[in-house]
Amino acid sequence: MSQTTPKIKILPGATPDLSAATFQIFDESHTAGNALRWILMKNNPHPSENMINIRIQMYDGVSSLEALINALDNLDKLCETVEDRYLDSLREENFERWDEKR
Amino acid sequence: MPTEYEKRRLVGVHEERISDVSSTDYPGVYPGEDNSWNLENLKKNLTVKVQRLSQHSIDFDLIGVDAAIANAFRRIMIAEVPTVAVEQVYVWDNNTVIVDEVLAHRIGMVPLNVNPAVMNWRVGDSPPTDRDTIVFKVDLTCTRNLSAPKGSTNPSELYINHEFLSSHMTWVPVGEQAEIFAGCPPAASNQDIVLAKLRPGQSINMELHAVKGVGKDHAKFNPVATASYRLLPHIKITKPIPAEHAERFAKCFSPGVIKIDPKTKAVSVDEQNVRKDSVSREVLRHPEFRDSVELSRVRDFFLFNIESEGPYAPERLFPESIKVMREKIAIMKAAAEALLNDHNGNGDGDVSMAG
Repeated sequence: MSQTTPKIKILPGATPDLSAATFQIFDESHTAGNALRWILMKNNPHPSENMINIRIQMYDGVSSLEALINALDNLDKLCETVEDRYLDSLREENFERWDEKR
Repeated sequence: MPTEYEKRRLVGVHEERISDVSSTDYPGVYPGEDNSWNLENLKKNLTVKVQRLSQHSIDFDLIGVDAAIANAFRRIMIAEVPTVAVEQVYVWDNNTVIVDEVLAHRIGMVPLNVNPAVMNWRVGDSPPTDRDTIVFKVDLTCTRNLSAPKGSTNPSELYINHEFLSSHMTWVPVGEQAEIFAGCPPAASNQDIVLAKLRPGQSINMELHAVKGVGKDHAKFNPVATASYRLLPHIKITKPIPAEHAERFAKCFSPGVIKIDPKTKAVSVDEQNVRKDSVSREVLRHPEFRDSVELSRVRDFFLFNIESEGPYAPERLFPESIKVMREKIAIMKAAAEALLNDHNGNGDGDVSMAG
Protein backbone atom coordinates (compact mmCIF):
# COMPACT_ATOMS: atom_id res chain seq x y z
CA MET A 1 0.00 0.00 0.00
CA SER A 2 1.41 3.38 -1.01
CA GLN A 3 1.96 6.17 1.49
CA THR A 4 -0.65 8.92 1.05
CA THR A 5 -0.13 12.53 2.15
CA PRO A 6 -2.50 13.32 5.00
CA LYS A 7 -5.09 15.92 3.98
CA ILE A 8 -4.68 17.89 7.21
CA LYS A 9 -1.55 18.07 9.35
CA ILE A 10 -1.14 19.88 12.65
CA LEU A 11 2.21 21.67 12.55
CA PRO A 12 4.62 21.72 15.52
CA GLY A 13 4.01 24.52 17.98
CA ALA A 14 0.35 23.73 18.70
CA THR A 15 -0.76 23.98 22.32
CA PRO A 16 -1.41 20.56 23.95
CA ASP A 17 -5.14 21.25 24.41
CA LEU A 18 -5.36 22.39 20.73
CA SER A 19 -6.63 25.82 21.76
CA ALA A 20 -4.15 27.20 19.22
CA ALA A 21 -2.65 25.41 16.21
CA THR A 22 -1.45 25.86 12.64
CA PHE A 23 -3.09 23.48 10.16
CA GLN A 24 -1.51 22.48 6.87
CA ILE A 25 -4.12 21.43 4.32
CA PHE A 26 -2.74 19.47 1.38
CA ASP A 27 -3.82 20.14 -2.22
CA GLU A 28 -5.88 23.21 -1.44
CA SER A 29 -5.35 26.88 -2.32
CA HIS A 30 -6.68 30.35 -1.56
CA THR A 31 -10.01 29.19 -2.98
CA ALA A 32 -10.87 27.01 -0.03
CA GLY A 33 -8.45 28.75 2.32
CA ASN A 34 -9.90 32.22 2.12
CA ALA A 35 -13.48 30.89 2.26
CA LEU A 36 -12.57 28.84 5.32
CA ARG A 37 -10.85 31.78 6.98
CA TRP A 38 -13.93 33.91 6.41
CA ILE A 39 -16.40 31.35 7.77
CA LEU A 40 -14.16 30.75 10.79
CA MET A 41 -14.19 34.46 11.55
CA LYS A 42 -18.01 34.45 11.34
CA ASN A 43 -18.50 31.90 14.09
CA ASN A 44 -15.65 31.27 16.39
CA PRO A 45 -14.82 33.49 19.31
CA HIS A 46 -11.19 34.46 19.00
CA PRO A 47 -9.09 36.57 21.32
CA SER A 48 -8.11 40.11 20.44
CA GLU A 49 -4.57 39.83 21.71
CA ASN A 50 -1.69 42.25 21.36
CA MET A 51 0.39 39.87 19.23
CA ILE A 52 0.59 38.76 15.60
CA ASN A 53 1.74 35.51 14.02
CA ILE A 54 3.76 35.61 10.80
CA ARG A 55 4.58 32.47 8.86
CA ILE A 56 7.43 32.71 6.36
CA GLN A 57 8.04 29.80 4.03
CA MET A 58 11.18 29.71 1.85
CA TYR A 59 12.47 27.54 -1.01
CA ASP A 60 15.61 25.37 -0.89
CA GLY A 61 16.15 25.51 2.85
CA VAL A 62 16.89 29.25 2.83
CA SER A 63 16.56 30.71 6.35
CA SER A 64 13.19 32.32 7.00
CA LEU A 65 14.77 34.20 9.89
CA GLU A 66 17.29 35.85 7.56
CA ALA A 67 14.41 36.70 5.21
CA LEU A 68 12.64 38.40 8.13
CA ILE A 69 15.72 40.41 9.08
CA ASN A 70 16.26 41.38 5.44
CA ALA A 71 12.61 42.48 5.14
CA LEU A 72 12.91 44.63 8.27
CA ASP A 73 16.02 46.27 6.80
CA ASN A 74 14.24 47.01 3.53
CA LEU A 75 11.19 48.39 5.33
CA ASP A 76 13.44 50.69 7.35
CA LYS A 77 15.12 51.99 4.19
CA LEU A 78 11.67 52.61 2.68
CA CYS A 79 10.64 54.64 5.76
CA GLU A 80 13.88 56.62 5.59
CA THR A 81 13.34 57.39 1.91
CA VAL A 82 9.73 58.51 2.45
CA GLU A 83 10.82 60.75 5.33
CA ASP A 84 13.64 62.32 3.30
CA ARG A 85 11.31 63.10 0.42
CA TYR A 86 8.68 64.57 2.75
CA LEU A 87 11.23 66.84 4.46
CA ASP A 88 12.62 67.87 1.03
CA SER A 89 9.13 68.88 -0.06
CA LEU A 90 8.59 70.87 3.16
CA ARG A 91 11.93 72.67 2.70
CA GLU A 92 11.14 73.56 -0.90
CA GLU A 93 8.14 75.54 0.40
CA ASN A 94 6.46 75.10 -2.95
CA PHE A 95 3.00 74.81 -1.44
CA GLU A 96 -0.02 76.90 -0.51
CA ARG A 97 0.06 78.45 2.96
CA TRP A 98 -3.31 79.40 4.35
CA ASP A 99 -4.71 80.85 7.54
CA GLU A 100 -7.04 78.43 9.29
CA LYS A 101 -9.49 80.18 11.56
CA ARG A 102 -10.81 78.52 14.69
CA MET B 1 -3.32 65.80 -22.64
CA PRO B 2 -4.79 64.20 -19.53
CA THR B 3 -2.44 62.08 -17.42
CA GLU B 4 -2.55 58.45 -18.41
CA TYR B 5 -2.01 55.84 -15.73
CA GLU B 6 -1.11 52.25 -16.40
CA LYS B 7 -4.24 50.11 -16.22
CA ARG B 8 -2.76 48.09 -13.38
CA ARG B 9 -2.43 51.21 -11.19
CA LEU B 10 -6.18 51.90 -11.35
CA VAL B 11 -8.95 50.71 -9.04
CA GLY B 12 -12.12 50.60 -11.16
CA VAL B 13 -15.20 52.42 -9.86
CA HIS B 14 -18.43 51.09 -11.39
CA GLU B 15 -22.15 51.61 -10.80
CA GLU B 16 -22.59 48.90 -8.20
CA ARG B 17 -19.09 47.67 -7.45
CA ILE B 18 -15.38 48.38 -7.50
CA SER B 19 -12.78 46.29 -9.31
CA ASP B 20 -9.03 45.51 -9.17
CA VAL B 21 -8.78 46.47 -5.52
CA SER B 22 -5.56 44.64 -4.67
CA SER B 23 -2.11 45.54 -5.88
CA THR B 24 -0.40 43.09 -8.23
CA ASP B 25 3.19 44.32 -8.16
CA TYR B 26 4.68 41.11 -6.81
CA PRO B 27 7.34 38.92 -8.41
CA GLY B 28 5.84 36.27 -10.68
CA VAL B 29 2.64 38.14 -11.55
CA TYR B 30 3.78 39.67 -14.85
CA PRO B 31 5.93 37.53 -17.19
CA GLY B 32 9.33 39.06 -17.86
CA GLU B 33 9.03 41.61 -15.05
CA ASP B 34 10.96 41.46 -11.81
CA ASN B 35 8.93 43.53 -9.33
CA SER B 36 10.96 42.26 -6.39
CA TRP B 37 12.11 44.77 -3.77
CA ASN B 38 14.49 47.35 -5.20
CA LEU B 39 15.36 50.54 -3.35
CA GLU B 40 16.47 52.31 -6.53
CA ASN B 41 13.11 51.59 -8.17
CA LEU B 42 11.33 52.91 -5.11
CA LYS B 43 13.38 56.11 -5.19
CA LYS B 44 12.61 56.51 -8.89
CA ASN B 45 8.86 56.11 -8.45
CA LEU B 46 8.34 57.73 -5.04
CA THR B 47 6.94 61.25 -4.84
CA VAL B 48 6.04 63.10 -1.66
CA LYS B 49 4.62 66.56 -2.25
CA VAL B 50 3.19 68.95 0.34
CA GLN B 51 0.16 70.72 -1.15
CA ARG B 52 -1.33 72.92 1.58
CA LEU B 53 -0.26 73.91 5.06
CA SER B 54 -1.96 75.96 7.78
CA GLN B 55 -1.38 76.40 11.54
CA HIS B 56 -3.62 73.40 12.20
CA SER B 57 -3.59 71.12 9.18
CA ILE B 58 -1.57 69.80 6.27
CA ASP B 59 -2.41 68.19 2.92
CA PHE B 60 0.21 66.18 1.10
CA ASP B 61 0.51 63.55 -1.64
CA LEU B 62 2.30 60.27 -1.07
CA ILE B 63 2.77 58.51 -4.41
CA GLY B 64 4.43 55.19 -5.19
CA VAL B 65 3.98 53.08 -2.06
CA ASP B 66 1.53 50.29 -1.24
CA ALA B 67 -1.59 50.87 0.86
CA ALA B 68 0.03 48.76 3.58
CA ILE B 69 2.72 51.42 4.03
CA ALA B 70 0.42 54.45 3.81
CA ASN B 71 -2.02 52.79 6.21
CA ALA B 72 0.73 51.98 8.73
CA PHE B 73 1.69 55.67 8.92
CA ARG B 74 -1.96 56.72 9.22
CA ARG B 75 -2.64 54.23 12.01
CA ILE B 76 0.52 55.23 13.89
CA MET B 77 -0.42 58.92 13.74
CA ILE B 78 -3.74 58.11 15.39
CA ALA B 79 -2.72 55.48 17.92
CA GLU B 80 1.01 55.52 18.61
CA VAL B 81 2.45 59.03 18.43
CA PRO B 82 2.58 60.07 22.11
CA THR B 83 0.98 63.09 23.76
CA VAL B 84 0.37 64.25 27.33
CA ALA B 85 -3.12 64.21 28.86
CA VAL B 86 -4.71 64.28 32.31
CA GLU B 87 -4.77 60.75 33.73
CA GLN B 88 -5.61 61.26 37.42
CA VAL B 89 -8.11 63.68 38.91
CA TYR B 90 -8.18 64.16 42.70
CA VAL B 91 -11.49 65.76 43.62
CA TRP B 92 -11.50 67.70 46.88
CA ASP B 93 -14.77 69.43 46.15
CA ASN B 94 -17.35 69.29 43.36
CA ASN B 95 -21.01 70.09 44.03
CA THR B 96 -21.86 71.00 40.45
CA VAL B 97 -24.45 69.02 38.47
CA ILE B 98 -21.65 67.20 36.59
CA VAL B 99 -20.68 64.17 38.68
CA ASP B 100 -17.00 63.58 39.53
CA GLU B 101 -16.36 60.72 37.10
CA VAL B 102 -17.99 62.45 34.14
CA LEU B 103 -16.10 65.67 34.86
CA ALA B 104 -12.83 63.73 35.23
CA HIS B 105 -13.44 62.11 31.84
CA ARG B 106 -14.10 65.48 30.22
CA ILE B 107 -10.90 66.92 31.71
CA GLY B 108 -8.91 63.95 30.39
CA MET B 109 -10.02 64.76 26.83
CA VAL B 110 -8.63 68.34 26.93
CA PRO B 111 -5.63 68.62 24.54
CA LEU B 112 -2.54 70.01 26.28
CA ASN B 113 0.36 71.95 24.72
CA VAL B 114 3.06 69.89 26.48
CA ASN B 115 5.89 68.58 24.28
CA PRO B 116 5.94 64.79 24.97
CA ALA B 117 9.63 64.59 24.01
CA VAL B 118 10.68 66.22 27.29
CA MET B 119 8.59 63.80 29.39
CA ASN B 120 9.42 60.30 30.57
CA TRP B 121 6.91 57.44 30.50
CA ARG B 122 5.26 56.81 33.85
CA VAL B 123 6.01 53.15 34.63
CA GLY B 124 3.41 51.07 36.43
CA ASP B 125 2.26 52.34 39.82
CA SER B 126 5.54 54.11 40.58
CA PRO B 127 5.15 57.37 42.50
CA PRO B 128 4.94 60.44 40.22
CA THR B 129 8.08 62.50 39.62
CA ASP B 130 8.72 65.89 38.01
CA ARG B 131 9.97 64.03 34.90
CA ASP B 132 6.77 62.06 34.21
CA THR B 133 3.85 63.99 35.73
CA ILE B 134 2.50 67.51 35.27
CA VAL B 135 0.22 68.92 37.96
CA PHE B 136 -2.66 71.34 37.44
CA LYS B 137 -5.01 72.82 40.02
CA VAL B 138 -8.58 73.96 39.60
CA ASP B 139 -10.16 76.10 42.28
CA LEU B 140 -13.39 77.77 41.25
CA THR B 141 -16.39 79.09 43.17
CA CYS B 142 -19.42 80.62 41.52
CA THR B 143 -20.89 83.74 43.15
CA ARG B 144 -23.52 86.34 42.29
CA ASN B 145 -22.30 89.48 40.56
CA LEU B 146 -23.67 92.21 42.80
CA SER B 147 -23.13 94.86 40.13
CA ALA B 148 -25.09 93.02 37.43
CA PRO B 149 -27.40 95.25 35.35
CA LYS B 150 -30.97 95.15 36.62
CA GLY B 151 -33.24 92.75 34.74
CA SER B 152 -30.36 90.95 32.99
CA THR B 153 -30.80 87.26 32.14
CA ASN B 154 -27.28 86.78 30.84
CA PRO B 155 -25.36 84.35 33.12
CA SER B 156 -22.06 86.07 32.24
CA GLU B 157 -23.45 89.28 33.75
CA LEU B 158 -25.40 87.71 36.62
CA TYR B 159 -22.67 85.43 37.98
CA ILE B 160 -18.93 85.31 38.48
CA ASN B 161 -17.21 82.02 37.52
CA HIS B 162 -20.35 80.42 36.08
CA GLU B 163 -18.29 78.26 33.70
CA PHE B 164 -15.37 75.91 34.31
CA LEU B 165 -13.21 76.46 31.21
CA SER B 166 -10.04 74.67 30.11
CA SER B 167 -8.22 77.96 30.84
CA HIS B 168 -9.02 77.46 34.55
CA MET B 169 -6.54 74.57 34.71
CA THR B 170 -3.56 76.29 36.34
CA TRP B 171 -0.18 74.64 36.12
CA VAL B 172 1.71 73.97 39.36
CA PRO B 173 5.44 73.57 38.57
CA VAL B 174 7.17 70.79 40.49
CA GLY B 175 10.92 70.11 40.83
CA GLU B 176 12.83 71.15 37.70
CA GLN B 177 9.68 71.82 35.68
CA ALA B 178 9.80 75.61 36.14
CA GLU B 179 13.06 75.61 34.15
CA ILE B 180 12.16 72.93 31.61
CA PHE B 181 8.84 74.53 30.67
CA ALA B 182 9.96 78.16 31.07
CA GLY B 183 9.47 78.87 27.34
CA CYS B 184 6.07 77.18 27.10
CA PRO B 185 4.13 76.80 30.36
CA PRO B 186 1.82 73.75 30.27
CA ALA B 187 -1.81 74.62 29.52
CA ALA B 188 -4.75 73.53 27.39
CA SER B 189 -4.02 74.16 23.70
CA ASN B 190 -7.58 75.50 23.38
CA GLN B 191 -8.48 77.83 26.24
CA ASP B 192 -12.23 78.03 25.61
CA ILE B 193 -13.45 74.50 26.23
CA VAL B 194 -16.44 74.52 28.62
CA LEU B 195 -15.97 71.62 31.06
CA ALA B 196 -18.80 72.35 33.51
CA LYS B 197 -21.36 75.02 34.31
CA LEU B 198 -21.80 76.44 37.80
CA ARG B 199 -24.38 78.43 39.73
CA PRO B 200 -23.92 80.51 42.91
CA GLY B 201 -22.89 78.31 45.84
CA GLN B 202 -21.32 75.63 43.66
CA SER B 203 -17.57 75.13 43.56
CA ILE B 204 -14.90 72.89 42.09
CA ASN B 205 -11.56 72.16 43.77
CA MET B 206 -9.36 69.52 42.12
CA GLU B 207 -5.80 68.44 41.45
CA LEU B 208 -5.06 67.03 37.98
CA HIS B 209 -2.09 64.82 37.07
CA ALA B 210 -1.14 64.64 33.38
CA VAL B 211 1.11 61.88 31.98
CA LYS B 212 2.52 60.78 28.62
CA GLY B 213 0.50 58.17 26.72
CA VAL B 214 -0.58 56.87 23.30
CA GLY B 215 -3.92 56.76 21.50
CA LYS B 216 -4.16 52.97 21.54
CA ASP B 217 -4.36 53.16 25.34
CA HIS B 218 -7.00 55.92 25.35
CA ALA B 219 -8.31 58.21 22.60
CA LYS B 220 -7.48 61.28 24.73
CA PHE B 221 -3.79 60.70 23.85
CA ASN B 222 -4.52 60.85 20.10
CA PRO B 223 -2.45 63.78 18.72
CA VAL B 224 -4.57 64.32 15.59
CA ALA B 225 -8.09 65.60 15.14
CA THR B 226 -8.15 63.53 11.94
CA ALA B 227 -5.50 61.70 9.95
CA SER B 228 -6.85 60.20 6.75
CA TYR B 229 -6.05 59.55 3.14
CA ARG B 230 -8.02 58.92 -0.03
CA LEU B 231 -6.93 57.76 -3.46
CA LEU B 232 -6.60 60.20 -6.34
CA PRO B 233 -9.74 60.11 -8.52
CA HIS B 234 -9.19 59.43 -12.21
CA ILE B 235 -11.77 60.23 -14.89
CA LYS B 236 -11.36 59.08 -18.47
CA ILE B 237 -13.76 60.43 -21.06
CA THR B 238 -13.92 57.70 -23.71
CA LYS B 239 -16.44 59.25 -26.14
CA PRO B 240 -16.98 62.92 -26.94
CA ILE B 241 -19.84 64.50 -24.99
CA PRO B 242 -22.30 66.34 -27.29
CA ALA B 243 -22.16 70.13 -26.81
CA GLU B 244 -25.79 70.32 -25.69
CA HIS B 245 -25.07 67.88 -22.81
CA ALA B 246 -21.82 69.57 -21.68
CA GLU B 247 -23.29 71.51 -18.74
CA ARG B 248 -25.25 68.52 -17.49
CA PHE B 249 -22.17 66.30 -17.76
CA ALA B 250 -20.06 68.77 -15.76
CA LYS B 251 -22.73 68.91 -13.05
CA CYS B 252 -22.30 65.17 -12.45
CA PHE B 253 -18.89 65.93 -10.90
CA SER B 254 -17.67 68.15 -8.09
CA PRO B 255 -17.33 71.85 -9.04
CA GLY B 256 -14.21 72.60 -11.11
CA VAL B 257 -13.47 69.00 -12.05
CA ILE B 258 -14.82 69.22 -15.63
CA LYS B 259 -13.77 72.06 -17.92
CA ILE B 260 -16.01 73.23 -20.77
CA ASP B 261 -14.38 75.04 -23.65
CA PRO B 262 -16.28 78.36 -23.93
CA LYS B 263 -16.25 78.27 -27.75
CA THR B 264 -16.56 74.64 -28.78
CA LYS B 265 -18.37 73.39 -25.62
CA ALA B 266 -15.96 70.44 -25.62
CA VAL B 267 -15.58 68.88 -22.15
CA SER B 268 -12.29 67.80 -20.57
CA VAL B 269 -11.00 66.84 -17.15
CA ASP B 270 -9.17 69.57 -15.19
CA GLU B 271 -5.92 67.89 -14.14
CA GLN B 272 -5.37 70.23 -11.18
CA ASN B 273 -8.91 69.93 -9.86
CA VAL B 274 -9.59 66.24 -10.47
CA ARG B 275 -8.51 65.55 -6.88
CA LYS B 276 -11.50 67.55 -5.68
CA ASP B 277 -13.93 65.05 -7.18
CA SER B 278 -16.04 63.12 -4.68
CA VAL B 279 -16.36 60.16 -7.10
CA SER B 280 -20.11 60.22 -6.47
CA ARG B 281 -20.78 58.03 -9.56
CA GLU B 282 -23.68 60.37 -10.44
CA VAL B 283 -22.50 60.34 -14.08
CA LEU B 284 -23.19 56.59 -14.29
CA ARG B 285 -26.87 57.15 -13.47
CA HIS B 286 -27.36 58.98 -16.78
CA PRO B 287 -27.86 56.48 -19.63
CA GLU B 288 -26.49 58.94 -22.22
CA PHE B 289 -23.19 59.33 -20.29
CA ARG B 290 -22.80 55.82 -18.90
CA ASP B 291 -20.75 54.50 -21.83
CA SER B 292 -18.77 57.70 -22.36
CA VAL B 293 -16.73 57.73 -19.18
CA GLU B 294 -14.57 55.42 -17.05
CA LEU B 295 -14.22 56.23 -13.34
CA SER B 296 -11.34 54.94 -11.24
CA ARG B 297 -8.89 55.80 -8.50
CA VAL B 298 -5.10 55.52 -8.61
CA ARG B 299 -4.13 52.71 -6.23
CA ASP B 300 -0.76 54.07 -5.09
CA PHE B 301 -1.62 57.81 -5.09
CA PHE B 302 -2.52 58.80 -1.54
CA LEU B 303 -3.93 62.23 -0.71
CA PHE B 304 -3.25 62.66 2.99
CA ASN B 305 -5.09 65.17 5.18
CA ILE B 306 -3.88 65.59 8.75
CA GLU B 307 -5.34 67.96 11.35
CA SER B 308 -3.27 68.49 14.47
CA GLU B 309 -4.73 69.12 17.90
CA GLY B 310 -2.26 69.53 20.72
CA PRO B 311 1.50 69.95 20.92
CA TYR B 312 2.59 68.98 17.37
CA ALA B 313 2.72 71.38 14.46
CA PRO B 314 0.74 69.69 11.65
CA GLU B 315 3.83 69.18 9.46
CA ARG B 316 5.58 67.35 12.37
CA LEU B 317 3.03 64.55 12.68
CA PHE B 318 3.98 62.54 9.60
CA PRO B 319 7.74 62.48 10.50
CA GLU B 320 6.78 61.49 14.06
CA SER B 321 4.81 58.53 12.70
CA ILE B 322 7.80 57.46 10.59
CA LYS B 323 9.99 57.74 13.69
CA VAL B 324 7.66 55.44 15.64
CA MET B 325 7.56 52.99 12.71
CA ARG B 326 11.37 52.89 12.53
CA GLU B 327 11.60 52.34 16.29
CA LYS B 328 9.26 49.34 15.92
CA ILE B 329 11.42 47.98 13.09
CA ALA B 330 14.63 48.44 15.12
CA ILE B 331 13.16 46.56 18.11
CA MET B 332 11.88 43.70 15.91
CA LYS B 333 15.22 43.50 14.11
CA ALA B 334 17.18 43.28 17.35
CA ALA B 335 14.88 40.48 18.53
CA ALA B 336 15.19 38.60 15.22
CA GLU B 337 18.99 38.92 15.28
CA ALA B 338 19.06 37.56 18.84
CA LEU B 339 17.07 34.56 17.58
CA LEU B 340 19.50 34.10 14.71
CA ASN B 341 22.44 34.20 17.14
CA ASP B 342 20.80 31.54 19.29
CA HIS B 343 20.13 29.46 16.21
CA ASN B 344 23.72 29.66 15.00
CA GLY B 345 25.01 27.67 17.96
CA ASN B 346 25.38 30.36 20.58
CA GLY B 347 22.25 29.15 22.33
CA ASP B 348 20.60 25.77 22.78
CA GLY B 349 20.56 25.17 19.03
CA ASP B 350 16.96 26.07 18.31
CA VAL B 351 14.81 29.15 18.09
CA SER B 352 12.44 29.45 20.99
CA MET B 353 9.20 27.65 20.28
CA ALA B 354 5.94 28.81 21.78
CA GLY B 355 4.39 26.68 24.56
